Amino acid sequence: MTVVPLLSVQHLTMRFGGLVAIDDLSFDAADREITAIIGPNGAGKTTVFNCLTGFYQPTVGRLTLTHGGGTFLLERLEGHRIAKEARVARTFQNIRLFPRMTALENLVVAQHNRLMRASGYTVLGLLGHPGYRRAEREAVELARHWLERTGLADRADRDAGSLPYGAQRRLEIARAMCTRPALLCLDEPAAGLNPRESAELNDLLLAVREEERIGILLIEHDMSVVMGISDHIVVLDYGKRIADGSPRTVRNDPTVIRAYLGEEDDEELPPEVLVDLRGVPPGC
Amino acid sequence: MAVAGDPAPAAPPIAAILKDAALAAIVTFALALPLVGFETIDVSGVGLGLNFRFAAVAIATATVFLGRIGLAAIALGRPIAVLVPSAGVAAAAALGPWPMRTVAWLVAIAAAVLALRAGLALRRLAPGAGAGAAIPARIVGRLRRVAPPLLLALGVAFPFLPFTDQRLLDIAILVVTYVMLGWGLNIVVGLAGLLDLGYVAFYAVGAYTFGLLALNFDVGFWGALPAAGALAAMVGLLLGFPVLRLRGDYLAIVTLGFGEIIRIVLQNWWEVTGGPNGVSNIPRPTFFGLPFKAEPDEGEATFATFLGLDFSPAHRVTFLYFIILAMALIVNAFTRRIRRLPVGRAWEALREDEIACRALGINPTNTKLSAFAIGAMFAGFAGSFFAARQGFISPESFTFIESAVILAIVVLGGMGSQLGIVLAAIVLIGLPEFLRELNQFRMLAFGAGMVAIMVWRPLGLLSHREPTIRLHATGDRA
Amino acid sequence: MEYLLQQIINGLTLGAIYGLIAIGYTMVYGIIGMINFAHGDVFMIGAFISIITFALLWMGGVTSIPLAIVLVLFTTMLFTAVYGWTVERIAYRPLRGSFRLAPLISAIGMSIFLQNYVQLLQGARIKPLPPLISGGIVLMEGDGFAVQINYTQMIIIAVTVALMTAFTLLITRTPLGRAQRACEQDRGMAALLGVDVDRTISLTFVMGAALAAVAGLMFALYYGVVDFFIGFLAGLKAFTAAVLGGIGSLPGAMLGGILIGLIEALWSGYFSVEYKDVAAFAVLVLVLVFRPTGLLGRPEIEKV
Repeated sequence: MTVVPLLSVQHLTMRFGGLVAIDDLSFDAADREITAIIGPNGAGKTTVFNCLTGFYQPTVGRLTLTHGGGTFLLERLEGHRIAKEARVARTFQNIRLFPRMTALENLVVAQHNRLMRASGYTVLGLLGHPGYRRAEREAVELARHWLERTGLADRADRDAGSLPYGAQRRLEIARAMCTRPALLCLDEPAAGLNPRESAELNDLLLAVREEERIGILLIEHDMSVVMGISDHIVVLDYGKRIADGSPRTVRNDPTVIRAYLGEEDDEELPPEVLVDLRGVPPGC
Repeated sequence: MAVAGDPAPAAPPIAAILKDAALAAIVTFALALPLVGFETIDVSGVGLGLNFRFAAVAIATATVFLGRIGLAAIALGRPIAVLVPSAGVAAAAALGPWPMRTVAWLVAIAAAVLALRAGLALRRLAPGAGAGAAIPARIVGRLRRVAPPLLLALGVAFPFLPFTDQRLLDIAILVVTYVMLGWGLNIVVGLAGLLDLGYVAFYAVGAYTFGLLALNFDVGFWGALPAAGALAAMVGLLLGFPVLRLRGDYLAIVTLGFGEIIRIVLQNWWEVTGGPNGVSNIPRPTFFGLPFKAEPDEGEATFATFLGLDFSPAHRVTFLYFIILAMALIVNAFTRRIRRLPVGRAWEALREDEIACRALGINPTNTKLSAFAIGAMFAGFAGSFFAARQGFISPESFTFIESAVILAIVVLGGMGSQLGIVLAAIVLIGLPEFLRELNQFRMLAFGAGMVAIMVWRPLGLLSHREPTIRLHATGDRA
Repeated sequence: MEYLLQQIINGLTLGAIYGLIAIGYTMVYGIIGMINFAHGDVFMIGAFISIITFALLWMGGVTSIPLAIVLVLFTTMLFTAVYGWTVERIAYRPLRGSFRLAPLISAIGMSIFLQNYVQLLQGARIKPLPPLISGGIVLMEGDGFAVQINYTQMIIIAVTVALMTAFTLLITRTPLGRAQRACEQDRGMAALLGVDVDRTISLTFVMGAALAAVAGLMFALYYGVVDFFIGFLAGLKAFTAAVLGGIGSLPGAMLGGILIGLIEALWSGYFSVEYKDVAAFAVLVLVLVFRPTGLLGRPEIEKV
């Protein structure tokens, strides 16, 4: 295939002092696909995200993002420009909403750069220019759309910090979507959700992929989510890529099973762990 | 004082209570003994002598001991046993002819606080008091709706009220100046969450801009005003650019350092600033070019002659009052408007979570800089008004304490609450000016108030935040 | 050359005082991550308690100066430590878990309170302490200029070195020090493992205050005058010292103190006395902007 992937990670290495968090990692993530990054705790998954979204400066490596808007070398962009220009949006493992602002305000803040332009960098807005009012109405409409998609419309005017945990997770995804991203990076979106909520999350993510036609990069421990919706899985262990492929191949890869379950023999493992890895039928 | 006279009969942990009270009393004794018990005095020849004030130490220790027992009794559900004696002590200490007035007042305040807490506890215990907790919220809500228009009307009508004399109007000018400074700092601290301990530096820049322009180039107040704001904003940008990426508390200390540097430079660069002597003979603002003068020069029109009025010094003071009121209201309107613009929302978002802001494509440095510079600009305006009003400025007016006072107004008012800032300025600035005897305790109360607010209501007295935009009309909120 | 040496001696003395105060800042920052803005005022209270105790000993007829200094040292440490403990208990402990800037605002309030408390109780005028120790050792004699280290300076440097040694042993060798370091790393985990976190934090404030008290005594001996406002400047400079050395690091605090003392003395000696505070503040700003971890501090990795 000669199709240029949406995201191409090449030889990414991240060292903190003597600690090598990511070691020569390369993988691609395609447009309109859900790519999952999995691996045991401490494998370096969140570090990959932090490099992609500009919170860390990679020691070595090239992170290329290509979409309709152009080609971007993410490792050379400042954090806020990655979101603004390269259109990479992310959520955080430990939810980072603006707790004392309402759900709606959270989503409007996400559209900051468009609104900033519409408000003439504040000057026209202060003078009450109608163009800004129109832009703000559009922003609210987009926010309303995502609030409805995430089932939060009736709680739009409540402080984000007062919402229940599952709602906060969804609101964070809605907020990321309001930046109109080309690549959406989700850091453990199913963490702390109950089974029903995580099934709803699966539906939401599949729908986002179909309707918005964007690529999704997913870090997740919940295997029902990973195996259920991923098109492509990258497995990390100690900062290295140990497997890369479809859910089916990864699930049966002995290296992966060893990484997750240690060096012991498979037979000695508690059955529910194996079920986690193997038992989920593909495409559920 | 028989606060301890009625220990609860239902086997309360008397020993534990007494032990706790005794410990508190010992600590109080150790605190009070060196600094309250002895007063250093100058003795000619020797240099240093001491006065003894052991009675005050004993009273402080006893007050803490009994007060501690009283608090324990309230916690055990015996508020009446506390209320009656503590109210009695409060009254006796406040009204009696005691020799040590200050000590008596402090005892009275401590006893009154205890009585108040007992009273509140009593109301909570009273039957049918379930809704008791909701009342303050409702009152605050109504206050928030009714107070702004009332205050505005009062503010506009103030110079014409029958009881307003020149002294009161002077105090009002001072209060409104602090309201304006509070509203300006509120943009930086309350909205953007940047703790600026050097705010007074921008006030100084504004004041000196006008003072020096008037002194050297004969520029009037209205001509200097934009320059003062622009220069203060520029200094804000210059100072802010390198430091705004620092963490919150480091930023606070660095701004404090900058504020002190500016003050020291003003004090020592006497070729330009006049050093500790400052700048004097700063001209007063004119009314569209008409000065306020008793004896105009030959052929010169003044405010009074132009309007055919008799000259009165009250004209000028009234005019000054309206200038500062208008400037303050502009800051207020500006703040309310900008909160609904993307930059204002980004300020609040930055206050809440800077990392999330970066992930949403908001440039944190620029956003912080804009808040910092706009806050500085308003301080610059206020500073040039200060220079115009005083007619004289010196570095002494721009010490760290001044920054702390403005910060105290913002903090006590409830960070982000414009109404709270007005109330805080009236209480913190107006009251002590009016009751001069309280002046020496003013800063003491400021400090204690800041601690108390942080401990009890860290988000301020009126900490309600109005959303900047709603999806649903206010009525159908769940 | 002689002049330079003299300025270095003066700077070292000053640096010892700043270093003693800086330890209080650095320890508190290390353990609860807050700037104890009132620490400078605790130092000021120490200075006041020491001159009051001197005056009291005088009136009691103590004439032996070494005895008086030792008695004053311990009294001042004891009573000032109570202030340190109370400040933490009242103004900071209720704020654990409050919003980020709450403890700093509370600390600023406490600082204003303490200054005005002392001003009200002791008056706003400068309090003189008559010179107790006169004389010194002439180290070098150049052309018309004698390099001298006087006895007060020797006492200050000797006491500081002794205290620093004792203190380092306390932190590295005792269970208290271990508890303290555990709380620095992870307060929640330390509590789970049976460390009394509240007590450890309280003791940190007590130790910081005791050292600040010694600094207060030294200040009174060295300058001979004390007023209610000395805590502000000295506190800021000591904080600068703590940051310069790397906040959280004890040797850093001492190193930073000495550097700030030297900078101040040399700046005053060679450039201008008027701008000596500007030099200290400029160091603060430059260090925070360009090297926020200081000379000996560990880098912080931003957690996302």
